[in-house]
Amino acid sequence: MSTIQTSALDTRLLLPAIGDAFRKLSPRAQFRNPVMFVVFVCSILTTLLWLQALHGDGEAPAGFILGVALWLWFTLLFANFAEAIAEGRGKAQAASLRGARKDVVANKIPSLDRRDAITVGAAHDLRKDDLVIIKAGEFIPGDGEIVEGAATVDESAVTGESAPVIRESGGDRSSVTGGTRVLSDWIIVRITSNPGESFLDRMIAMVEGASRRKTPNEIALTILLAKFSLIFLLACATLLPYSLYAVKSAGHGEPVTITVLVALLVCLIPTTIGGLLSAIGIAGMDRMIQANVIAMSGRAVEAAGDVDVLLLDKTGTITLGNRQAVAFHAAPDVDDNALANAAQLASLADETPEGRSIVVLAKEKFGLREREVGGSGVVFVPFTAQTRMSGVDIGGQHIRKGALDAVKKYIESQGGQLPVAVVRVAEDIARKGGTPLVVAENEQALGVIELKDIVKGGIRERFAELRRMGIKTIMITGDNPLTAASIAAEAGVDDYLAEATPEAKLQLIRNIQAEGRLVAMCGDGTNDAPALAQADVAVAMNSGTQAAKEAGNMVDLDSNPTKLIEVVEIGKQLLITRGALTTFSIANDVAKYFAIIPAAFASTYPALNTLNIMHLATPQSAILSAVIFNALIIIFLIPLALKGVRYRAVGAGELLRRNLLVYGVTGLIVPFVGIKLIDMLLVALGLA
Amino acid sequence: MTANAWLQIGLYLAVLLLTVKPLGTYMAAVFSDAPNRVTRLGAPIERLLYRLCGVRADEDMSWKRYAVAMLVFNVLGLLAVYLLQRVQQWLPLNPQHFDAVSADSAMNTAISFATNTNWQGYGGESTMSYLTQMLGLAVQNFLSAATGIAVLIALIRGFVRKTTQGIGNFWVDMTRSTLYVLLPLSLVLALVLVAQGVPQNFKPYETVPLVQATTATETVKDADGNAQKDAAGKDVTKESQVTEQSLPLGPAASQIAIKQLGTNGGGYYNANSAHPYENPTPLSNFLEVLSILLLPAALCYTFGAMVGDRRQGWALLATMFVIFVPLLIGCALAEQAGNPALTGLNLDQNATVLQAGGNMEGKETRFGIVNSAIWATATTAASNGSVNATHDSFTPLGGLVPMWLIQLGEVIFGGVGSGLYGMLAFAVVAVFIAGLMVGRTPEYLGKKIEAYEMKMASLVVLIPCALVVVGTAIAVLAPAGVAGIANPGIHGFSEVLYALSSASNNNGSAFGGLSANTPFWNVLLGICMFLARFPLAIGMLAIAGSLAAKKHVPQSAGTLPTHTPLFVVLLASTVIVIGALTFLPALALGPIAEQLVAIGH
Repeated sequence: MSTIQTSALDTRLLLPAIGDAFRKLSPRAQFRNPVMFVVFVCSILTTLLWLQALHGDGEAPAGFILGVALWLWFTLLFANFAEAIAEGRGKAQAASLRGARKDVVANKIPSLDRRDAITVGAAHDLRKDDLVIIKAGEFIPGDGEIVEGAATVDESAVTGESAPVIRESGGDRSSVTGGTRVLSDWIIVRITSNPGESFLDRMIAMVEGASRRKTPNEIALTILLAKFSLIFLLACATLLPYSLYAVKSAGHGEPVTITVLVALLVCLIPTTIGGLLSAIGIAGMDRMIQANVIAMSGRAVEAAGDVDVLLLDKTGTITLGNRQAVAFHAAPDVDDNALANAAQLASLADETPEGRSIVVLAKEKFGLREREVGGSGVVFVPFTAQTRMSGVDIGGQHIRKGALDAVKKYIESQGGQLPVAVVRVAEDIARKGGTPLVVAENEQALGVIELKDIVKGGIRERFAELRRMGIKTIMITGDNPLTAASIAAEAGVDDYLAEATPEAKLQLIRNIQAEGRLVAMCGDGTNDAPALAQADVAVAMNSGTQAAKEAGNMVDLDSNPTKLIEVVEIGKQLLITRGALTTFSIANDVAKYFAIIPAAFASTYPALNTLNIMHLATPQSAILSAVIFNALIIIFLIPLALKGVRYRAVGAGELLRRNLLVYGVTGLIVPFVGIKLIDMLLVALGLA
Repeated sequence: MTANAWLQIGLYLAVLLLTVKPLGTYMAAVFSDAPNRVTRLGAPIERLLYRLCGVRADEDMSWKRYAVAMLVFNVLGLLAVYLLQRVQQWLPLNPQHFDAVSADSAMNTAISFATNTNWQGYGGESTMSYLTQMLGLAVQNFLSAATGIAVLIALIRGFVRKTTQGIGNFWVDMTRSTLYVLLPLSLVLALVLVAQGVPQNFKPYETVPLVQATTATETVKDADGNAQKDAAGKDVTKESQVTEQSLPLGPAASQIAIKQLGTNGGGYYNANSAHPYENPTPLSNFLEVLSILLLPAALCYTFGAMVGDRRQGWALLATMFVIFVPLLIGCALAEQAGNPALTGLNLDQNATVLQAGGNMEGKETRFGIVNSAIWATATTAASNGSVNATHDSFTPLGGLVPMWLIQLGEVIFGGVGSGLYGMLAFAVVAVFIAGLMVGRTPEYLGKKIEAYEMKMASLVVLIPCALVVVGTAIAVLAPAGVAGIANPGIHGFSEVLYALSSASNNNGSAFGGLSANTPFWNVLLGICMFLARFPLAIGMLAIAGSLAAKKHVPQSAGTLPTHTPLFVVLLASTVIVIGALTFLPALALGPIAEQLVAIGH
């Protein structure tokens, strides 16, 4: 899936969204949102009042009622539009995913033994446990597990990543996704999903919002907003009897009209957050998609904001995938240069990253250039599991490098003796978390190459940031505790789990959860599946096994374990946006009171005009200005709802202070300015 | 305001603050689940009481059991008070031979005392026998206050406990609140009041000659008891010479002590604490007004101690102070500034050596402006409702303060127990919005605030607001409601709004000026008082049950801190914003319009 980087105001999304905004006016759609349903009923009511006024017996001038009614309808449409825009981005994404779901040919085989008995069928007829064979250039017909063979696969249709990936049977890279293409070789795949239940189908459903349900926090917030709406409904409705009493006892003035009460009500109920609430939720999912993470539920996105503990695999997340040579430690009486030279010679043919790093280090430190060593007398000795050494024989020169015990055995077999100093250096390196490689030439030990895990650049700062956010990081590694402790200290993680087995991992998660904390982790292997299923936020790597993907509640299409941190931030951003707009919405009410209360009651008690501190021109322009502001603010806040409030990794107290200042205080001030400007505009246009 | 006024306000607040820690610590011990010195002391009495009542004290009740026990116990108490009033004429200790109280008034009074409202449609010394006062009203003063504390303690247990069903034992909580807290404090206060001259006896009322004879104007009534009308349709009146005075006596001190301490507020005498027998001296005035806020303030500390973080309790108390102190000063300033309608008339309203200055209408000269203002704000901040001045006669702005304090939901101190659990409902709402703004799903004191808690907290906040605005609407629409209004016009609306606010928030104070002892008002206010008390208590118990069943989320740097000045500001703003947004339109048609009109003249 190609990531569609669109701004909120992309015309390709705008036009359909406008259509959707009208379609969403159906009562059934409105009923889902109590706040907007109140606006819906009010819009109908004022429209009816306008029709009554047209017949000459209206409670207020027909033009005024029409103005209020129209802007109430606009309020609804703007809210619908926000939701439609948010959905539109998902829909565009879904369309590109659908492109991948081409109906391809499936070459079914009855069993592994009878792989030549191919029956050609359609991909959509494949059931679970069917076996298919896919050759170079063919599309993989469905999600499955490779049971035999290995192939390079182009997964760009799903991940957007153009570099082909290797998929092979056994191990953690055995799963394939329907709609991707085999580039070379062949594989036999056992299908793991029935039609309509495939990964791609679920992804499409998620991004389209078809399976979107309100998340727990969204439900709680809706209850709060409904409560506010109910309070304001009662406060506004009872103003009619109060006004009747006031007029009777004062002996002059007019009772407040229903139109004015309706306008007051709609201005007071939290329409800003009510109208944008679902857009915020959808946009949160959408931001996950932008980050190339597919969340399987909105609940998972929300939980991501709550995560207290991150479990991170050492390799690939905290450290670069491979160890690198960082130093040469020569044996006593051996020249550093000689050691470096021998080490480089031994590694010239070693194409592993470790080997390459030795060559590079020798060049950097001693100016030893890479040499073409070839010719008759040169034999490279590759690494084998038996010898656990590699090296080169140049004539009578036998250079070997390998683990301490392996090289020791080699030297002794050559009649030499490994010096104690070398053993001590090697052990020292191991204690500090590095890997010692001993280099020997014939029976003489030349020294030790120190290999180290290289902590990724910037990761320490990320962990410090997480700590400020209140999130604890735990490094998971198969290394021994010494090595683990040293890397943990270097990377700045809070804790580590060394010699981790899948069981230990699962137990760790359970222990953390028993303390009441939420755990996030990522994983790819089948043995990660139990831990993924247990974790509260579980990001499975797309490159991982089907079991891992089934167990997780998010899938990272980039298969980048560091993504977990981004996932947490997106979750927090979603919650903050909700809170900020709720605060803004309620803070707005103060100004609206100052606009509407004097306008509504000044005919009874002219003294109340003192409260008209904005000096709005007429009662009608005051009320219209408030209603118009209330509708327009939704439009203005759509970009914020879609983009989300920026999250800063600072402590909770600081974050609250900042957001309260920004959204609470501006929420108080902005409507005063906005309503006054609209009022001036209405006067200028001669509408007041 | 005079230096003396500032001094008195400062002294009041300082003494109040000094009592918070010792009393709060003591109560934390009383309600602690673990045995301690305090509870060991009373254990024999407790055991005896439990055996007598057949209570299984070790039962840990689910919130539903707890709520049923609370409701049944209170409804039975309510019925007992009703019956007592209806049959008092046949019972002993009725030296003045008072007749049975009318059905609607008895019902209103029974609800009023069972709900800790203590709204009084009746006049104490002219309606209730000594037995009714002691056995009915004084007993309910204790039990309704104890119920408030019990519900609060159950809620605190909800925060403290983890993954459990039980929130404590209602009978034990009731017994302990009464035995360890309310009884000893009342005993001490009652004795001090007796020393100050408050009656405590069973003597019949005494008749004494007046030092200075006076005349009274009476309406002439016909045989049916209706007022006779003259040709112009006005009531026929006659003047009569008054030479004697009847001095009401009775077991007053014992009841006055608990009515102040238990945030009840129902006066022994009709004039409440403005009556010289109910509040004879400056010292009695100080102690009585201190007693109003004593327990609500100390319970904040108890809360902090019990949840294991005293700062949480101080934060809640600070929130109350942040709202209370400015309003207290505002009220005193408004009253000292005098009547806005008189400012243009060349009248000297300044405080001088010879006069208190300001608006002294409806105030006891013994207490003056500042003590009336302290009492008015304290009694309405707490849901006490006793008065030592007539709120009806306050300036529009001065009267707005007590009215608005009530409308804030009786959470600024509020009722004993009920004020704090109401405040915690606001804290749940505040934490919810603020929690979102720090990027986590909200939690308070380690408990996740989810849809269920939100639903219940919303109900608790919503019900009183709804009762006030709807009740006021009914009252101003119904002819029977409008009939009770003494001052038609804006002030009449304020009177109605105040009465409904008072009943719907279980305060019980009256603005005055409203003749509310009619079937219409008795029934309307009775319904409001009942609905404002028990559904709220049950809602909070439901939250307690739900919280107790939850896991405890440990604190981290990402957790919203709820003990900081920032949170205090946030919580205070939540209370104020909800109170202001709900009642601003109504207040605009009452006190605000009145003030603006008065200035305009």
